Amino acid sequence: MDFTYTETQDMIRDTLSRFLADTYDFETRQKFINSDSGRDPAIWTTLAQELGMLGAAFSEEHGGLGGGALENAIVMEELGKVLGIEPYLPTVVIAGGALKAVGGAQADAVIPEIIAGNAIIAFAYAEPQGRYDLANLRTTARKDGAGYVLNGHKGVVYAAPWATHLLVTARTGGAQRDRDGVSLFLIDANLPGIVRRDYPTVDGSRASEIYFENVAIPGDALLGGEGDGLALVEQIVDEATVAICAEATGVMQKLHEGTLEYTQQRKQFGVPIAKFQVLQHRMVDMFMEVEQARSMTIMGTLKLSLPANERMAAVSAAKNKVARGANFVGQNAIQTHGGIGITQELAIGHYFKRATMIEGQFGSADYHMDRYERITLAD
Amino acid sequence: MDMEFSPEDLAFQKEVRDFIAENYPAELRGKQDEGEEMSKEDFLAWHKVLYNKGWVAPAWPVEYGGTGWTPTQRFIFSEETARADCVRLMPFGLAMVGPVIYTFGTPEQKAYFLPRILSGEDWWCQGYSEPGSGSDLASLRTAAIPDGDDYIVNGQKTWTTMAQYADWGFFLVRTDKDAKQQEGISFLLIDMKSPGITVRPIITLGGEHEVNEVWLEDVRVPQSQRVYDENKGWTCAKFLLAHERTGIAGVAASKRGVEKVKAIARTELDGDKSLLSNPFFKRKIAELEVDLTALEFTELRSLAGPNAGRGPGPESSLLKIKGSEIQQRLTELSLEAVGHYGAPYFRGFGEGDNEHPIGPDYAHRAAPSYFNMRKTTIYGGSNEIQRNIIAKMVLGL
Repeated sequence: MDFTYTETQDMIRDTLSRFLADTYDFETRQKFINSDSGRDPAIWTTLAQELGMLGAAFSEEHGGLGGGALENAIVMEELGKVLGIEPYLPTVVIAGGALKAVGGAQADAVIPEIIAGNAIIAFAYAEPQGRYDLANLRTTARKDGAGYVLNGHKGVVYAAPWATHLLVTARTGGAQRDRDGVSLFLIDANLPGIVRRDYPTVDGSRASEIYFENVAIPGDALLGGEGDGLALVEQIVDEATVAICAEATGVMQKLHEGTLEYTQQRKQFGVPIAKFQVLQHRMVDMFMEVEQARSMTIMGTLKLSLPANERMAAVSAAKNKVARGANFVGQNAIQTHGGIGITQELAIGHYFKRATMIEGQFGSADYHMDRYERITLAD
Repeated sequence: MDMEFSPEDLAFQKEVRDFIAENYPAELRGKQDEGEEMSKEDFLAWHKVLYNKGWVAPAWPVEYGGTGWTPTQRFIFSEETARADCVRLMPFGLAMVGPVIYTFGTPEQKAYFLPRILSGEDWWCQGYSEPGSGSDLASLRTAAIPDGDDYIVNGQKTWTTMAQYADWGFFLVRTDKDAKQQEGISFLLIDMKSPGITVRPIITLGGEHEVNEVWLEDVRVPQSQRVYDENKGWTCAKFLLAHERTGIAGVAASKRGVEKVKAIARTELDGDKSLLSNPFFKRKIAELEVDLTALEFTELRSLAGPNAGRGPGPESSLLKIKGSEIQQRLTELSLEAVGHYGAPYFRGFGEGDNEHPIGPDYAHRAAPSYFNMRKTTIYGGSNEIQRNIIAKMVLGL
C-alpha cells in the first residue's frame, strides 16, 4: 500500500502545471473560448508534440510514457485548475481507453495519432431520451454488406465541433433498453450523412447535436464484439467518471483558494471579511470537501482495475461524494464573494459553472447513489 | 501509488486474524453480544492479551515497546481488530500520556511509567478540563505552588473519564499566574491515591458512569513528576491533542458499526420487507458508507502518502471532525432502526434474573449509545475548536 506519486508522475504534473500557468491565464482563455472556433489549436499541438502529454497514459509500444489512469487523473486535475477546455477527456481518457481495451490493429493505427495530437475524438453516447442510462439507445447501426448504416440522434456531444473522429454507441440488435445489442464504433467525423448543430456550452466548451442520416460506415469501425459492447462502454464511462472527479478536484481547489484570497482582501465593517468566524468555518468546510474529493478520486482511480461490480461501486461512491462536494464548494464560493461572484467578471463564477456541469456529467449524485445501492446494499 | 498488500502484508494479516481468533477472551465476546457495558477488568483482559504478545502499542517507537510495524501493517492491525469487534483499548495511557512521556519525559520517568502503561498495571486518567475551562483550555486555574521538592496542588477538574478506576492522572496546572495564559502551565503526573484527591461521579445521558469531577485539595506532588520544563506544559498538551485526534477518526470501528446497523436493518421489518428495503433508510446507510470511504482514504493518504512519518499535523483536525460526525450518525441510524424498542431502559441482568429481556438484544444499547456519542463532537477539542485550528494552521486565516 503506497499513496505517493512516482518521480515521472510528479514531473508530468509539474511540466503541465507550468505550461498551463503560462498559456491558460483567465483573460487568454476567455478570448479563445469566445473566438469563432472556441479554442486555441496551438495549445493541443504543444501538449502533444512539445510536452508529450497526450502520451502520458499510453504504453511505450504505442509511443507513450507507459502510464494509465493515475496519469489521466493528474492531467485532468491540472486542466481543472485552469478551466481547461482541451478535449483530453473524450480523446485520451475515453477513446484512448476504449482502444487500449480492444487492442489490435485499431489501437495500433489510432493511438499514435492521438499521441501526436492529430486525432481529436468526441464521444457520442448520450441521447435525448436516455438520461444516464448507457443502454437506452435509439441510434441504430444496421448491417449492410461488410459495413453498417448508422441512423439516429446524439445529444450534447462535447468537443464534436473540433473532432476528427467520433466514438459512437449504437444498437446492432435488441430493444431500446436491452443490455444486449449495444455496439461501439469509431468513425471519421466527416462522413457523408453526418449533420451537426454546434453550440457553446455554459461551462466554456463547445458541443453538438449530431444526426446520423444513413451514414455508411466500414466494418472495421466496430470496436470489440458486435452487440456485446455495453460492458466496454460501462468500463470507459467509469474511467471517464473518475477522470472528471479529478478535474473537479482541481476546480474545487481553485474555488476554495479564490475564496480564501478574496475574503482576505474584501473589507466590511472595517476588517477583512476573513476575520469573521462564520466565514472561516465555512471555508474550513469547503477545505474538507476539497480534501475528500481528492481522497475519493484516488480511491476511484485505484479501484478501476477491480472486477466490474467492485469497480462500479467505487466509481459511484467517488462521483456521489465529489458531486455533493462540488455543489457545496461552488455555491459557497459564490455566496462568500457576494455580488461580484454572480458576475462574469471574476474567474470564480466560471469555476462555479464548470463545477456545476461536472455534478451532472456521467450521472448525478442521485444516479450514482442508486447504482451504489444496487450493488452494495441489496437486501 | 497502489492499494495492494504485499505477500508479507498478507501473511501478517493472517497472523493477526488467527491470533485474535485464538486469543480474544470468550467472556468479552459474550458480553458484547448481549450488549452489556464493559468493566475495567473487561478492558484490561484484552489489553493483557495484546501486551503478552507485544502488540499493545503499535504506534510507539520500538525502543520503548512499539512493534516497528509499517503504516500498512498498522492499518491491517486496526482493520482486523475492528472486523473481529475487539473492545477498544483505553487511550489515556497508551495513546495519550505514554507518547508525552517518551517524547518529553526524563530517563527516570520513562523507566518507571512506560513499562507500567504497556502492562496495564497503571490505569490513567486525564486532568485537563475545568468547570470554567472547556474549549478555552488555557484559561485553567488549578494551581501548583512550589514547596521544597514538591508542588502543592489545589483546584478542580471535570469530565475526567474513568477517573474512578485510575491509579494515575496527567494534569495541566498553572505554575505561573502572571505569565500569558499558555506560558504559565505545567504538565504533572499525579498519583490518584494521594491525600486530598476526591473523585465524584457524573452520570451522563445514557446512564453511564464514565466521567467524573476531580477535586484537588492541598495535594502534594513531587516536582520529579513534572514532565518537561516548568511552564512548558502547553507544549506537551498540544502534542497530545494532535495524537488524540488521529485515533479519533475511528475508521475501522465505524466500518464495523456500519455492518452492525445493516444487520439490524436486515432483521427489522418494515411492512412485508426488511427495513433495509426502505429506500429512505437505505439511502442514509449508503451516504454514510460513502462518507466513511472518503474519511478512510483521507486517513490513508496521511498514513501512507508523501507526509507519512511526519507525525500528525493540523490536518488531523479534519479526521476528528468527520470521524466524530460519522460515529454519531451510526448511533442515530441504530436508534432509528430499532423502532419502538429504543425506549425501554434496560440495565442488564441482575443476579439470578431469569426474566426474558425486553426487546431484541441489539436494541438495548441503541438509545444510550446515541445519547452517549453526542460527546464525540465535544471532547478532544470540540469540532468548532477543530475548525478554528484548521482555519489558523492550514488556511492561514
